[in-house]
Amino acid sequence: MGTSVFYFVATLSVIFALMVVFAKNPIHSVLYLILTFFTFTIHYVLLNAQFLAVVNFIVYMGAIMVLFLFVLMLLNLNKDNEPNKSALLKVVGIIAGGCLVVTLIGSLKSVAIANPLVLKNPNLGLVENLGKELFGPFMLPFELSSLLLLSAMVGAVLLTKKEEKANG
Amino acid sequence: MEIDFVIEKFILVIALFAISLLIAMYSTYAERKVAAFLQDRLGPDRAGPFGILQPLADGVKMFMKEEIIPANANKWLFMVGPGLAMLCACIGTAVIPWGQDMMVGDRLVKLQVTDINVGLLYIFGVISLGVYGVMIGGWASNNKYSLLSAIRAASQNISYEIAMGLSIIALLLVTNSLSLREIVSQQHGFNWNVWYQPLGFLIFMVCAFAETNRAPFDLPECEAELNGGYHMEYSSMKLGFYLFAEYINMFVSSTVMAALYFGGYNYPGMDYMAGLLGPTWAPLFGTAIFFLKIFAFIFFFMWVRWTIPRFRYDQLMSLGWKGLIPLAIANIVITGIVIALTNNF
Amino acid sequence: MESLSNKKKVLVSKPLNFAERMYLPAIASGLTTTIGHFFKKPATVKYPEQEREFSINWRGMHSLKRDEQGRERCTACGLCALSCPAEAITMIAAERKNDEKHLYREEKYASVYEINMLRCIFCGLCEEACPKEAIYLDGPIVPADYLRKDFIYGKDKLVEAPLESVLEVK
Repeated sequence: MGTSVFYFVATLSVIFALMVVFAKNPIHSVLYLILTFFTFTIHYVLLNAQFLAVVNFIVYMGAIMVLFLFVLMLLNLNKDNEPNKSALLKVVGIIAGGCLVVTLIGSLKSVAIANPLVLKNPNLGLVENLGKELFGPFMLPFELSSLLLLSAMVGAVLLTKKEEKANG
Repeated sequence: MEIDFVIEKFILVIALFAISLLIAMYSTYAERKVAAFLQDRLGPDRAGPFGILQPLADGVKMFMKEEIIPANANKWLFMVGPGLAMLCACIGTAVIPWGQDMMVGDRLVKLQVTDINVGLLYIFGVISLGVYGVMIGGWASNNKYSLLSAIRAASQNISYEIAMGLSIIALLLVTNSLSLREIVSQQHGFNWNVWYQPLGFLIFMVCAFAETNRAPFDLPECEAELNGGYHMEYSSMKLGFYLFAEYINMFVSSTVMAALYFGGYNYPGMDYMAGLLGPTWAPLFGTAIFFLKIFAFIFFFMWVRWTIPRFRYDQLMSLGWKGLIPLAIANIVITGIVIALTNNF
Repeated sequence: MESLSNKKKVLVSKPLNFAERMYLPAIASGLTTTIGHFFKKPATVKYPEQEREFSINWRGMHSLKRDEQGRERCTACGLCALSCPAEAITMIAAERKNDEKHLYREEKYASVYEINMLRCIFCGLCEEACPKEAIYLDGPIVPADYLRKDFIYGKDKLVEAPLESVLEVK
């Protein structure tokens, strides 16, 4: 049953991901992205990574996508005021897309159908084990990434402060 | 999966669904009654004795109203909005442990739909998802007031989610578990978490008010500025869904507060009662106590609504970001230090 | 400028102190106030079953009065209709027959007398204008109804019950 659920959800995620790209309305695009993230959450649950699933759910679906939606709702994006794309941009777009296709084909060529991954410890995704891993062997990268986030936060605060000075 | 297990869970789910809807229905009645009593009035008393059938009358009215979809609204999303709000409100109760394991005949029945080991985060996620119903509905109405309201709701919910999450982290330091079943069973007797986390409870409660869009934080439906807010263009049962979802959310957050901080089904003298009532009736008695606590919280929600005036938007934001978040972080630090000291010495 | 009445109060908005910024003490005192009202007797009454006493100068539904012999006082002079600022009153006058002397006090009487209760503003000017003391606004509240035409009250609803019937009831 697990694999059939996986294929069903995987198809859904691919469809929704395509819809993100092809949707005309940016709001619809974001809503499809939310659905895509939701299917990812289901994938995590299928992998028994409950903590990751819930965090993906809360952080990406519950917070970040709300902010995306928030910003897009404030922008008045209509078809009328969409700037006309020049021929140069189209050429650049084609080249970039072509590069992506080549990379994808190249990486797909070396892919072999692997045996289904079996974890040594199937409960690795549970909170307790994940926490032990993160604060044990991966202590340093974990703390470094938190420092990175902190510096980003400080930067954001600084940006707002500078603007204030310039105004007043 | 055995068939009786499925039937048992099925009955539980249906019962939970019915109970949440019933409580939401009667919350509308209770809200009007409480408002009336707090303002020296009588409240609705025409439909049935003491107006007890008023929610039915309201429901019939809602169903009978004309369904209007604005001409330039995004029809599909306009219909998704209220449905999403209702869905997110209803699925929150799945991980709440409603009582101790109960003996029915010779079968041990768990009074909980599912015990996932990240239950607390699940509830948190469902709550954070609830804002989509408001946002989509507000945007799809194609009305500037609805849109403003949707944006208010989004920024308010995100701001208060942070403080709420931080207050939960302090609670987790105390309980050492994310499973609601374990958190509740740890609070045996009178050993409730609120004695250990009074500040955390206060922060959590204020955030719960903001997350459910209840007064004094009901800025998304602030009728004086926004003409009714995100559900301005809605009529008939779609409007009913939004209003209903608000009351179910209130029920769910009361439940979560009662379970996390006020011991859930635990009460002082429960061991004595367990001996007295036996393994079938004692858990049910605990569940009854749990519901009493929930009703007390719902009453508190209403009491506050009819007491405190609405916050201004900048006050709301500065309370959230400059007041509650630093307090919650301080709470985490203090809790951590105290736990480290008590464990090591 | 100097205030002559000495009632002028200068308001100073100070920044909130710590207790005020916490909101909680103020919220607690507000909650105690409201919960006090929770247990108070309601100030309202259950209207259709219970009614409050009207004040002495209450102006309610009109009634056309009879004299001490039970005859209608109205002589259809039309002063009430003229004085009515809302144009609510209309009537048709008729001459009293000889055998109707016990019914109408004056030689002329109102065969039709209608007040549109939706137009009436209950100002009481008709009462003041009446030279025969025939109309008074001493009735109860005009009841609600479903159709506009039902708010046009004719003589059947306006004229006081005859004296005998009142005595019989007593």
